Amino acid sequence: MTEHPSLLAVEGICKSFIGFKALDSVDFAVRPGEIHALLGENGAGKSTLIKVLTGVHQPDSGVIKIDGQPVSVRDTQHAQNLGIGTVYQEVNLLPDMSVADNLFIGRQPMRFGFVNRKLMEKSARELLTQYDLHLDVSSDLSRYSVAVQQLVAIARAVDMSGRVLILDEPTASLDRHETEILFAILRKLRSRGLGIVFITHFLDQVYEICDRVTVLRNGKLAGSALTTELPKIELVSLMLGRTLAVATHNTRRDRPAPEIRQFSFKGLGRSRSIAPFDLDIGEGEVVGMAGLLGSGRTETAKVLFGIDAADTGQIHIDGDPVLIRTPQDAVACGFGLCPEDRKSDGIIGDLSVRENICLALQAHRGWFNRLSTHEQTVLADKFVKAFDIRTTDIEKPVKFLSGGNQQKVILARWLATNPRLLILDEPTRGIDVGAHAEIIALIHQLCDDGMALLVISSEIDEIVAYSSRVVVLRDRAHRGEISGDDIVPANIMRMIAAEPERASA
Amino acid sequence: MSGPRVTALTKAMPQLLTLVLILFLNYLAFPGFFDIRLQDGRLFGSLIDVLNRGAPVIILAVGMTAVIASRGVDLSVGAVMAVSGAIAATMTVAGYPLPIVILATLGVGLLCGLWNGILVAYFDLQPIVATLILMVAGRGIAQLITEGSIVTFNEPGLIFFGTGSFAGVPMPILIALLLLIVAIAVVRRTALGLLIESIGINRSASNYAGLNSKLLLLVIYAFCGFCAALAGIIIAADIRGADANNAGLWLELDAILAVVVGGTSLFGGRFSILMSALGAVIIQAMNTGILLSGFPPEYNLILKALVIIVILLAQSFSSAGGWAFVKAEFGTKGRKSQ
Amino acid sequence: MNTRLLPLYATLLICIIAYAVCVFQFPMMFSTRVAGNLLTDNAFLGIAAVGMTFVILSGGIDLSVGSVIAFTGVLLAVLITHYGIHPLIAFAIALVITTAFGASMGAVIHYLEVPAFIVTLAGMFLARGMCFVMTTDSIPVNHQFYTYLQGLYYLLPGGGRLTFIGCLMLLIFAFGIVMAHFSKFGSYIYAVGGNRTSAELMGVPVAKTTIGIYAMSGFLSGLAGIVFSLYTSAGYSLAAVGVELDTIAAVVIGGTLLTGGVGYVAGTFIGVIIQGIIQTYIVFDGTLSSWWTKIVVGILLFSFIALQRLLVLLSSKRTATLTKP
Repeated sequence: MTEHPSLLAVEGICKSFIGFKALDSVDFAVRPGEIHALLGENGAGKSTLIKVLTGVHQPDSGVIKIDGQPVSVRDTQHAQNLGIGTVYQEVNLLPDMSVADNLFIGRQPMRFGFVNRKLMEKSARELLTQYDLHLDVSSDLSRYSVAVQQLVAIARAVDMSGRVLILDEPTASLDRHETEILFAILRKLRSRGLGIVFITHFLDQVYEICDRVTVLRNGKLAGSALTTELPKIELVSLMLGRTLAVATHNTRRDRPAPEIRQFSFKGLGRSRSIAPFDLDIGEGEVVGMAGLLGSGRTETAKVLFGIDAADTGQIHIDGDPVLIRTPQDAVACGFGLCPEDRKSDGIIGDLSVRENICLALQAHRGWFNRLSTHEQTVLADKFVKAFDIRTTDIEKPVKFLSGGNQQKVILARWLATNPRLLILDEPTRGIDVGAHAEIIALIHQLCDDGMALLVISSEIDEIVAYSSRVVVLRDRAHRGEISGDDIVPANIMRMIAAEPERASA
Repeated sequence: MSGPRVTALTKAMPQLLTLVLILFLNYLAFPGFFDIRLQDGRLFGSLIDVLNRGAPVIILAVGMTAVIASRGVDLSVGAVMAVSGAIAATMTVAGYPLPIVILATLGVGLLCGLWNGILVAYFDLQPIVATLILMVAGRGIAQLITEGSIVTFNEPGLIFFGTGSFAGVPMPILIALLLLIVAIAVVRRTALGLLIESIGINRSASNYAGLNSKLLLLVIYAFCGFCAALAGIIIAADIRGADANNAGLWLELDAILAVVVGGTSLFGGRFSILMSALGAVIIQAMNTGILLSGFPPEYNLILKALVIIVILLAQSFSSAGGWAFVKAEFGTKGRKSQ
Repeated sequence: MNTRLLPLYATLLICIIAYAVCVFQFPMMFSTRVAGNLLTDNAFLGIAAVGMTFVILSGGIDLSVGSVIAFTGVLLAVLITHYGIHPLIAFAIALVITTAFGASMGAVIHYLEVPAFIVTLAGMFLARGMCFVMTTDSIPVNHQFYTYLQGLYYLLPGGGRLTFIGCLMLLIFAFGIVMAHFSKFGSYIYAVGGNRTSAELMGVPVAKTTIGIYAMSGFLSGLAGIVFSLYTSAGYSLAAVGVELDTIAAVVIGGTLLTGGVGYVAGTFIGVIIQGIIQTYIVFDGTLSSWWTKIVVGILLFSFIALQRLLVLLSSKRTATLTKP
């Protein structure tokens, strides 16, 4: 394995942020002339690792080696000079400037103190010709498709750095044809001896183009192998957690299927977000939702809760048709949603634990029907005690709490409204093991109390532990449903990996 | 429940100390500063004068506090004051009865605020951009109403709002006090305080929690327009006329400054209407002090600038920004490329 | 067609139509005399607007412009009339002070991470206050060098005068256009305004650029102050109140996006001229009052902001089909 010296290698990298360990002694190496897939769910540590490689973050410990020589990457500029070029997923270029400007900003050819636009545009054309791109380099970058912009970004990164190319989800917004153009160029660059790090969540693409794959999970190295030696099903099991079995003693609990399913969604969908789907949920059951990142899990939750209103479909509750266009409508129907991105969509950081817990109930009661401070305190105290929320007092701004406790606060916020249907989007992501087990126990308890729950998670074992039924998503569509004794990790993973199932409901 | 009250007082300490210091300096410059006498059934004295002249900015600051707490800003309040003053004056001259005049004027202020609110909440324009439009056009509209002249009136009912007094207290102070009490009561008694802070801190999360942030923003800007109209009436009544060019000129900046001095962050979130009013009083006490000490009144512009700079430094050194500055300037490991 | 150029074309079209309407109603307005006066009367506004264009292109705002113009005027009057300093030296002193003033505002904006709006608001108070510290009177400037510069003009065919200050404004616009498109600094300004994070990742020196932009705005405000002083032959601390609003309006009407990153210096020139045409029309009409300028400018401002908002929405809709996961 080590006959090829690695172009870029990291050994034992650790990086902590306040409260949690983003990277825990991770090893990773890229050889010249290989395309190396870096996989993992949200929060697995991919982006932190990239930021360490490009000098945005400094590692707490561990070494970065280039050609076997230890280096310390000071900043993005330094990373570029060391030969590490990066194309970020969203913020990469300046769409309102010309293609040539984008390629050469900061290093424009000068003549008599002025930018020599002619020469710059000529060089830009020459550079892009290597990628079979024939663009009007003087027009704005935004005129071109995202795929072309992506290629321009790659051309810039390779031209400036030229040794290691890091691509963060480059195909996320490309269609099939565009992806193929990109892959052709990546193969070309590979044959030129570049080391390419390819971050994606499309497993097919990993097998199509990558030579080697490394999987991160919860900040740790979950595994690394040659793609030819790693069956897809094993890759899925590497990506989806199996930490729960150790963390809790929860085993699968069978519940009788409810006689009526009170919540019925028929043909609900939203163009470019999630294909129309049918879903029925009854009180006293937990429907699990499994699928990889980008499979349409969160999109489903957003459509159900009216964050992004559905274009098609009908909703019936207790047999009566209802319309959900906004979150207020959803709350009025007795829904609650704990969003995936806790920091930007969940907590109101500067507000206290008490206020965060009371917010949804207050918003539902209306502007003028205020919960008195006493009521608020009683409510907050109740949930702090019931959920064991660790905080010095309920007046503490919620941003100072740990991730697990913040999650409990948001759960409390919705339970305070006494919902009939609670949607939990990745309720256990990025929280410590103890809180993890508590949240699972809570899901069980709420279900026993007769609540309907829809839980999205990338932890397969977790889903298996609490779900009455499991909906599997792939490529922005609901692909199938598993229930009863068929709910075992292998079946779910097979469905995610899109292999023919042995038995399906 | 003495806990929260004590912390509120400690939080207000810097502002209170500043006010005391300014008042003391005023006393040094003008030994009769604290004298208050009753004359013709109305209170007189420098201290009363500070409050009386500060009343319009206090009123503006009440509305501006809500706007800034929601992470916005309203640049148009000065222009709205001019518009409402113009409406009040021309309608009075045209012979409309006082209640109609007042209602119409306040209604127009509300409409101006709604316009801003629609642009901010439903068109998603940046507040600075959205309110700039009315800031520019507002004075033109005011002049259109007054037809370019200064419209003067002698209607005692309207003038009463500017120069009259009730139980010895000048009307502007009384109106400002009333608005303060009502606004604080609304914030305390309804959920609006919590909800405004919530959208100011994290609008996305507030939407997820089922809060109708668009409607709330609309109401906030409308209220700010209402306050501006109220201040506009007082100013017009005080000078017995509407001066479309100068009524409320730069008062939007004073109102913003009052809110910032009162401790509400320009980035939204926690707010206190009472503290903003205190900020307005501090600013007016500075103005009066400079007048009393014989300097030309324009000197307090420098003072205001210094106040802003001191606040900015204090705020940014208490957050990470200031340290970034220190590091970049004096640290060996700057962010410069080699 | 490039939608980015749409606001610019719209501005140009409005300008031509406005002028055509004026000429139709008052054929006298079709003369080099009126054209020359347009340039002379709006010279200070135009010069300040060039600086404002760069500030807004970078995603910022500078509220201190009007105050700095007044400050420069008063400073020049005091230096020349009270201290007998030669105007050229006084000019140099004024420009050094205003440039340093702008640079320090830029430094505060960048390093303290405070909104430009509030920093330049303090700058506005400070500059206006400094005027009053120097004097509250209007000081006339009577210097033969001033008389010489004021008498400098090129006689256009038709009797119009292309004055020194009018020429200076054209020169500054030319300089602005060249700088925007043919200098590294110019490309950095667009980059910072387009996307600060991207710019930083791509290696644009954001700190230097930000400070440079506000320094330049300070310099150009100072220059506008010199022109204003030549135009009025006096320094008065209450002069040029609200000029920052006029310049911002000119920049926006000129098609520059208030959020930064997109726009053209040439558009600002047209924006200034449109405001000038409206004023000239009002003067020619004789019965209309000057408040109409503000209303029309307000309407134009709204139309352009709405137009740009629409374009942004359309283009984001278009890309949303591709980029949204």
